[in-house]
Amino acid sequence: MGKLLVEDKTIVTPGEELAEGMDFLPAEGTFRDKDKILASRMGLIHIEGRLIKILRLSGRYIPKAGDTIIAKVTNILMSGWTFDINSSYSAMLSVKEAKEFIRRDADLTKYYDIGDYITTSIVKVTSQKLIDVSMKNPSLRKLTGGRIINVNPNKVPRIIGKRGSMVSMIKNATECNIIVGQNGVIWIYGQPENEIIVVNTIKMIEKEAHISGLTERIKTFLEKKTNKKISIEKVE
Amino acid sequence: MSREQKDHILNFLEKGIRFDGRKLDEYRPIKVEKGFSGNAEGSAKVSIGDTEVLAGVKMSIMEPYPDTPNEGTMMINVELLPLSNPDFEPGPPGIQSIEIARVVDRGIRESGAIDTKKLCIKKGEKVWSVIIDVCPINDDGNLFDASALAVVAALQDAKFPSYDGKVIDYKKKTKESLPLKKLPVSCTVIKIDNHFIVDPTYEEEEKVESRLTVEVEEDGTLCALQKGGDKPLTAEDIDKMVGIGIEKSKELKKFL
Amino acid sequence: MAYTKRNDGRKFDEIRPTEAKAGIIKRADGSAYFKMGKTVAYAAVYGPREIHPKFLQNPKEGKLRCYYNMMPFSSVGDRVRPGANRRAKEIAMVTEKAILPVVDLTEFPNSVVDVFIELPQTDAGTRCAGICAASMALADAGIPMKDMVAAVSIGRVDDKLVVDIDYSEESYEDGTVADIPMAVISRTGEISLLQMDGNLSRDDLKKAIEMAKKACSEIDKIQRDTLKKKYEVKK
Repeated sequence: MGKLLVEDKTIVTPGEELAEGMDFLPAEGTFRDKDKILASRMGLIHIEGRLIKILRLSGRYIPKAGDTIIAKVTNILMSGWTFDINSSYSAMLSVKEAKEFIRRDADLTKYYDIGDYITTSIVKVTSQKLIDVSMKNPSLRKLTGGRIINVNPNKVPRIIGKRGSMVSMIKNATECNIIVGQNGVIWIYGQPENEIIVVNTIKMIEKEAHISGLTERIKTFLEKKTNKKISIEKVE
Repeated sequence: MSREQKDHILNFLEKGIRFDGRKLDEYRPIKVEKGFSGNAEGSAKVSIGDTEVLAGVKMSIMEPYPDTPNEGTMMINVELLPLSNPDFEPGPPGIQSIEIARVVDRGIRESGAIDTKKLCIKKGEKVWSVIIDVCPINDDGNLFDASALAVVAALQDAKFPSYDGKVIDYKKKTKESLPLKKLPVSCTVIKIDNHFIVDPTYEEEEKVESRLTVEVEEDGTLCALQKGGDKPLTAEDIDKMVGIGIEKSKELKKFL
Repeated sequence: MAYTKRNDGRKFDEIRPTEAKAGIIKRADGSAYFKMGKTVAYAAVYGPREIHPKFLQNPKEGKLRCYYNMMPFSSVGDRVRPGANRRAKEIAMVTEKAILPVVDLTEFPNSVVDVFIELPQTDAGTRCAGICAASMALADAGIPMKDMVAAVSIGRVDDKLVVDIDYSEESYEDGTVADIPMAVISRTGEISLLQMDGNLSRDDLKKAIEMAKKACSEIDKIQRDTLKKKYEVKK
């Protein structure tokens, strides 16, 4: 009979024994050694039926096709741009994937200059970690003005919340424009004092994301800071 | 930095606040902890916000320089450890660490902080040499002021090792402190457009147009200056920045 | 004369008082502080990140690179001249080999993980404290790892084997001394660092290895508990 050696939502360190026997299956962040399942990184235990996986708590952004990210122009090449995407690797945007048609002899800095930030979408990640991004989606654009903060990319799902509930709550309370990139880069635009509230709220989520009752705590925090009554939208 | 990004910062500064919510002339929380090491003759750990530096004093006996036969010697060295900042690389000191070391060195030297004549053991033959090394553990901006503060705190903490006239016994520290006459502190003022801020974070340092490090003695006398950044300053700018430096130095001195 | 009582009063199989912290360096991907007695080590991990120069890239897996440095004021006596010397380079290399068996960088081709170890204060056992800190910093950085590594130096002081030898024992004058730094992979008990300085019998080596394993399992617990503590939020 298989036996679980850890509880759901506990923090484990590399090499820790998670389960014995063959009843459980090793998923992301774990591996099997004979009849045991072990942790192959530090993280938060997540048990789904027979699957045992470890959610990351730290580490750089792992690029995935389909993700919308915020990227910073670091270099301009003959036929495109390279970007810092807060990951272990940089990304490439080819002129063909830009929003508009760009002539061969065009000055590419007119579109995106070094230091500019854009929201963009990852279209391809090769086994050698070459990353292609595209702007071919109406919602993708250059981010003018505002400010950028970097957060732990593993906390992004909590910052966004279920169907965007957390970030909407922050937006409504502070009247700031906020775009959260899957890569942990966040763009904020609003009144100075409100932007500071946004930053402090996001830092609090980042620190306490793995502890239950987060939404309620954030609501209280925002109410105190903004002197507004906030209702939490119920998300199924 | 694009025009829009800069306008956004200016929008903040015009309201008298910064990206992290501080006022323009506000330092982050400062902590000075003397004597973290039993092996150095003197040591101090200084943190300003998330920036954290260690300073340690090592003393030895050497022959004096021919032009100052009755004075001890002093040297300050800064090692910008790659541990503290992703952009620092291992290897010999670059210009950034040399600049910080030399500016802090000037503040100590020109204020006459150490009474080097009292470091003379035998004129022309033996004097004490004092070397202070600064190692940042975490660089979140303003290494200038943190290093200067750490150096003075480490000097205050330092005790002579025992010396019998022949050899130094480093294991035995005496109760005798270094002869300190002055306690200079450093305040670095940054200019962005026509706003002045102190104690920049790393994020703010990236946007620096011009910078003035002001080292001040207790009575407000200036003992070292260093203008940095790519843009020039006007005489009025300099006067304002020096004024801020003198004012802030009173606060910083309280931590020594 | 035999070595009957340890200079600091410890039991022969007792490690020095230990203190550890994780996540102390804000700008690093992972970091740790590890103190054994008066020996203090900081470790910071940066990466996986792009490797320069490009010819160092390995398309099969990421590279682990360790650096070891004693701060100029870290020792009793003379100032340590800054810069990498032969000793620092060798220690960096054996540290790398001590940790490499547990680190898995196949997900990160062409990249590098840099581990910087800095010692602000030393009292023997610096490479061991460095390895303990580095292993924690790598875990803290979320690097894929099959296991963790702990390290301790076993000494032979005259006729006795001692755990976690300190500087006063290394410089024992009434008899001979051997110093055996070892790193132990937690779950398998395999040895990934073994050096020896001095003279030693084959039998004593066997005993020393057993002592190291026992001490390292104590250290391993401290390392893991400290990493988990980072995520506890103070109420």
